[in-house]
Amino acid sequence: METGWSVTELWLAVVLSGAYHGINPAMGWPLAVSAGLMERRPRALALAMWQLAIGHTLAILLALLPFAILLALVTWLQVVRVSASLLVIGFGIYLLVNRRHPRVLARIRPTQLGLWSFVVATAHGAGLMLVPLFLGLCRADESDRAAQSLMAGDVGTGLLVSAVHTLSMIAAGGGFAWVVYRYVGLKAIAGSWFNLDRVWAASLVAVGSLSLIFALESGGM
Amino acid sequence: MNARPDKTFYASPKLAMEAEAENFAYTLLLSPDASQPDALAVIDVRPGSPSYSQIVHTVVMPNKGDEFHHFGWNACSSALSPLSGHAFLERRFLIIPGIRSSRIYVIDTKPHPTEAAIHKIIEPEEIFRKTGYSRPHTVHCGPEGVYVSTLGGAGADGTDGPAGIFIMDCETFEVLGRWEIDRGPQQLHYDFWWNLPRDYMVSSEWALPPQFENGIVPEDLLANRYGHRLHFWDLRDRKNVQTIDLGANHQMALEVRPAHDPSREYGFVGVVVDTTNLEGSIWTWWREGGQFHIRKTATIPPEPASVDRLPPLLQGFGAVPPLVTDIDLSLDDRFLYVSCWGTGELRQYDVSDPFNPTLVGSVHIGGIDRRTAHPNGKTYAGGPQMVEISRDGKRVYWTNSLYSTWDDQFYPDGVPGAQVMARAGKEGGLELEKDYWVDFPQGYRAHQIRLEGGDCSTDSFCYPSA
Repeated sequence: METGWSVTELWLAVVLSGAYHGINPAMGWPLAVSAGLMERRPRALALAMWQLAIGHTLAILLALLPFAILLALVTWLQVVRVSASLLVIGFGIYLLVNRRHPRVLARIRPTQLGLWSFVVATAHGAGLMLVPLFLGLCRADESDRAAQSLMAGDVGTGLLVSAVHTLSMIAAGGGFAWVVYRYVGLKAIAGSWFNLDRVWAASLVAVGSLSLIFALESGGM
Repeated sequence: MNARPDKTFYASPKLAMEAEAENFAYTLLLSPDASQPDALAVIDVRPGSPSYSQIVHTVVMPNKGDEFHHFGWNACSSALSPLSGHAFLERRFLIIPGIRSSRIYVIDTKPHPTEAAIHKIIEPEEIFRKTGYSRPHTVHCGPEGVYVSTLGGAGADGTDGPAGIFIMDCETFEVLGRWEIDRGPQQLHYDFWWNLPRDYMVSSEWALPPQFENGIVPEDLLANRYGHRLHFWDLRDRKNVQTIDLGANHQMALEVRPAHDPSREYGFVGVVVDTTNLEGSIWTWWREGGQFHIRKTATIPPEPASVDRLPPLLQGFGAVPPLVTDIDLSLDDRFLYVSCWGTGELRQYDVSDPFNPTLVGSVHIGGIDRRTAHPNGKTYAGGPQMVEISRDGKRVYWTNSLYSTWDDQFYPDGVPGAQVMARAGKEGGLELEKDYWVDFPQGYRAHQIRLEGGDCSTDSFCYPSA
């Protein structure tokens, strides 16, 4: 067994990161509450949550799929892993330094929740946070398969990681939204909102660093 | 940046109503002859405090002749929408435009209102250069930053091009540029407000700067040359989608007050004067089937007066027009307060049915002919003008000056600054509070009021009260 996390641990991390993104108000669950209240029916809440989830998934896929394809370059595996880790660390540092939010977010209509969710997840590097986990999972299932089938397998893993992450996100965020909508009331919106900007950026640096260490240890570069 | 959202941000109007009452009021002071710098007064409104209804702090500006009028906060409850991306802004800075100088002051109200101080000054040249607009007026914080409406276009007299809205960065207060991408037929500007989740804006018209800066121009008014249209905008598209003309005789549709609950797609606007009969009026606008509509829903008649009690401007009419110069809507969207600056009356309408405003309360104070004194015996010059309602809807504050040069035409004896407060009954009814009277420094007039922690004409909400 190589250094690093086991497959179970990696999948657990994928699920937990989904829940983390889901309950973060900045990723949108209060918008689902608002939609439900504006239309006075829970279906509107569910629909909004669904739109948020689609945008979020696409943002994750956008981050994972290029790596799924790069992994096919078996000879360069180590380089891919190290650069991915550095990219994640770098983005985390960028977010730590640059505290400003992109203004383009404010130009998106309230009705374009899917697009908003995609842009907000991309801007926060939500997908990048999963890249090290994804690479870990791909490595776990490496064998002597041909590059082509390896790539197909990696793309499949990418889709699966995105799906599991988003399901966890929608369950956590949607659950939170439902409880606020149905039981706790709007006070919980301000009440449950913490400024996670720095924690978020630090998580990226942490995940990226772990992945870098594992990559270096296993690769002997 | 805070670790938690500002505790004066409220998800819904209902939560804002239930929150702790205001402790301080901020009132703009203007020197009508520009002999002194304009100022911001901080007033203690804590019942039982030894300095109750007194100015406890004043921020005096370094320039003269700015002419303060309206102002607003850098951030409000709208930050609680994830769409804003700015949940951790603080309600901290007051943005005060000078409508004569085109200068903007940013005042820091932290660490305590009594320590408020100038944070930044934006010189007129920056606004001219970056926006081509002049005479900044109404301030609202919104999705793209701080929105500021202007009364003038470019050029010395502000008539070179249309007036409009520009945007400032909500953290650095840098002027970013014009807001409009497609203004359609809009040329004049006054007030604006919006429904954020429904993504539309409504704006109103006053007049060209030469029609107000040196006083009202009677010939222009009688020829119906002041503004009389409302413009409806797609907020994110920055595009005028519909313009409705109220009819040329409905001169000066000024204050726009949308329902606070974003699930309600209607609002009100006040018309200063109908030139055919001197009436003031309240109009209700609404959106239905993607289209905006508007209807006159209340009128206020002029009051006959003997010529010797009237200023020269009105002597030919033998009557005092009510002059609806400001309106304000309580946070539960139930009571609409209407200033009748000419007749000296503050009216309270129950607008539970927005198409059928019902007069349920009234207070007389000042007025061109009535000249009603305050219950404490003091003379109140001018009439009720800028109104501000406490978030809980129980206290209604107002001041008495309209605009330096217009004050002199309608109230030639002068309008020394006054600020009073009335208590509103739960089911309606309005009564002046005997013990609330703010004395302002000599030579100053009082204009708009803002309340600590937000009030009924600043905050925009992104969640319904239900």
